[in-house]
Parts: sequence; structure tokens; C-alpha cells
Amino acid sequence: MRNMDVKEVKMAVSKLCIQSCCDLPDEVITTMQNATINEESPLGKEILEIIMKNAKLAKETDCPICQDTGLTVVYAEIGQEVHFTGGDLEAAIHAGVADGYTNGYLRKSSVDDPLFLRKNTGDNNPAIIHTTIVPGDKVKLIVLPKGCGSENMGALKMLKPADGVEGVINFVLETVRIAGPNPCPPITVGVGIGANMERAAELAKHSLTRRMGEHNPNPKYAELEAEILRRVNLTGIGPSGLGGTTTALAVNIEYAPTHIGGLPVAVNLNCHAARRAVVTL
Amino acid sequence: MTEPKKITTPLTDEVIKTLHAGDSVLITGPIYTARDAAHKRMTEALARGEGLPIDVKGNVIYYVGPSPEKPGQAVGSAGPTTSGRMDKYTPTMIEQGMKGMIGKGSRSQEVIDSCVKHCAVYFVAIGGAAVVISQSIKKQELLAYGDLGPEAIRRYDVVDFPAIVCVDCYGNDTYKDGLKKYSKE
Repeated sequence: MRNMDVKEVKMAVSKLCIQSCCDLPDEVITTMQNATINEESPLGKEILEIIMKNAKLAKETDCPICQDTGLTVVYAEIGQEVHFTGGDLEAAIHAGVADGYTNGYLRKSSVDDPLFLRKNTGDNNPAIIHTTIVPGDKVKLIVLPKGCGSENMGALKMLKPADGVEGVINFVLETVRIAGPNPCPPITVGVGIGANMERAAELAKHSLTRRMGEHNPNPKYAELEAEILRRVNLTGIGPSGLGGTTTALAVNIEYAPTHIGGLPVAVNLNCHAARRAVVTL
Repeated sequence: MTEPKKITTPLTDEVIKTLHAGDSVLITGPIYTARDAAHKRMTEALARGEGLPIDVKGNVIYYVGPSPEKPGQAVGSAGPTTSGRMDKYTPTMIEQGMKGMIGKGSRSQEVIDSCVKHCAVYFVAIGGAAVVISQSIKKQELLAYGDLGPEAIRRYDVVDFPAIVCVDCYGNDTYKDGLKKYSKE
């Protein structure tokens, strides 16, 4: 048994909020640099250069890469040997988000009632929290700020088992084509396959926590990731959607067992600012 | 890439007619910020027969909700937001004399038709290049709807604000042209 004061979680979340919004992971920049070399559109190349310059400036000046610092998605993988003290864990995560967004000069984009009042909550609360219990005595926190330009272009479809691999590919491509320039390409395409309706959506979002450059450990799914990436980059959408051969930097698939009668597929697109920050306590 | 065209606001029909889809431009002068909530309020005010809180004639509206500025900064990170969410309100704004918009993402056919009919132009700025864009914003002033926070209407004084002509007054759309040119499907 390990005691952990929830204040430690609060402080870590606050720091991760600021870090994720201002400091793009190195591997995202490296992937973009490689894409720039192969980009066929001169304007597309120029846009990629500006996007990388922007990320560098953001890091140097501690300013958010994008003004849309999103709703804050927090993944907490909690070791079952951990005993939290000093208060409520979820409240501590929310307090960490409020602290990070206020002290980091990040935009508060959360409104309370989605339909009638739409009043800004003022501190980017509530965070979207996903907790899982895992073996061990550590707590792993991942903060994934997600802007609405890309989030609005996600989609979910309950395919039939007979639709198979081509059905999945076609649905992903259709979603990317409809999204066009809106999710700020070059995008990361998160795909959740299987389970049921809500779990497929969760898998698609969770796939965006993957380090860029890593692939699904199952070779069949890794191959499908490569094939979808190839086909997404044939659409011509390109950087900022102004035409080109770099529409996506990565395709991440997560899958789970499903019902004999179902093949749910969810697609969650991420913008070129594939922001994430991770810490293990 | 050809050298970007330098243009100043407010925009005249004469200048707008020289702009073509795909042209890079550097915009200097005042521009006005508004996004979903401000557009909703403005069109509701018009429907009630009231005036707008800003004179949009000849002016450019920038679809942006900036992050808060740090002490000493003129503005926080301030890149474009998705323009499509303003499509519903745009033809009304163009009828009021608005001449230009800056945002990101595709526009509806109604917006494109309205640009042709009233000689207006839609520019795109690079989404997610918010820090680079902020460097061209020298000063801001709150003008209306302060309660909306990042969604309030502000005047930005910009120098060489980088953008690309997306929909010109002839009805061309750079997004459609780009897709046609690079699609290999």
C-alpha cells in the first residue's frame, strides 16, 4: 500500500495542462519534418514550415501553440496499491485543470449547459476524466487537450460484420474527406474498432494518447494503420486543407472484442498540434 | 511561392477585385474579432431592428477567440477558428457591408454566392499557427460584449497579418482548387 496525497495529483495535472498546450512532443515535430520533405505542394511545404516555426516559438515563449486549448481530457491509470489521502481524487484533477488553465494563460473553453445557457465555467472545468485501475503502486497521468475544430469532425458508425476491412477503410476515408480542412491537417486519425458504441468512441480517443511513430502491436492492425494512412494521403486535402500530399501524420487504431452481430467503428481526428503530456507519479 | 500582396483595411471593391483565390496576402490596419456567440447576438440585434455595436462597412471580421494575454503581451495566442460555424450569419453580415472575413475551413455555397453578389472576400489563416499570427497583432481594444470573454468583439490593429485568399469575389475557392490538383484517388 502506498499513500498519495491528492495534492500531488493536482499539481501534476496543472503542470501537464501547461506543458501539453505549449510544448509539442519532439516526435510530432520530427514526423512533420519528414513529411515536409515529401510534400508535393509548394504552398503545403510552406504551411508545414510555418506550423513547425509556430511550435518552436510556442515552446520558447511558453505560449499556447493554438488558442484553442480545448476541453481537457485526463487519463489516470491508478495502481491498485495506491491509497489516496487528503481529499477526493476527481476534485483534485478538476482543481489541477483550473490551476493550469488560469496560471498558464490558457483559454477557458468549457460551457456549462450545452444547449440553453452555454455559460463559460471560467476555469475549463469539468475535465473529461477516464480512470482505470492497473496493477502496481504508481499513478500514470496523461493530459490530452482537445480543440473543437478537430473534435467536431469525429464520427461513429455501427457497421455490419459483413462490411469488413473495406467497410472500415471506407468509413474512415469518408470521415476524413468530410472533415476536409476543418480539423487543421496534417491530422492524426484515431480509430476505435469493436466493443460497443461508447467503448468504440473511447478507444478512438485513447488511441490519440499514443506516442507518434508507434504502431498497433498486432501486425494486422499495424498494416491496416499503414494502409489507411497511405489512402488518407491520396485524398489531396493537404496541409491546412489547401491541397497537398500530407493530410495525416499518423493513423492509430485500437480495437476490442465485440458482439457477434456488430462492428462499431469510431473516428476521432486530432489536429496537427498532437498535444499530449504524460507523467508517472 | 509568389511574394505576398500587401493590402490595408478597410477594404475597397477596387482592392478586392485584384485578389484571387490562392494569393498570399499581408493585411495591415484594423480588423474586428467575432465568433459564434457574437454573431448570434449581432444578427438577433438586427432582427429586432437595432444597429450593430460596430460599423462593419468595408471592414474585415476575424473569427478568433484568443487565449488570455500574459502581462506585457498585446494579445495571447490568436489563430483562426472554424469559419463554417458562422455560415448561418454571414450573408446577413455581408449585406450590412462587411467586406472581408478571416478564418479557417470551408464555407457554404450561400457564403460564396454572397461574396460574389456583394464583392466580398474570405481569407484563411493557418489554423494552429497562433503564436506566429499573434506577432502581427500589435494592439487590441475591447469594443462590445465583454461578458463573452474570449468571444467578445475586439479591434485588433494588425501589421502584415499573414493570410491566403480562399474565396474571391469571382466565386473561386482555394480549397476546391487544391483538392482537385493534389487528389490521387
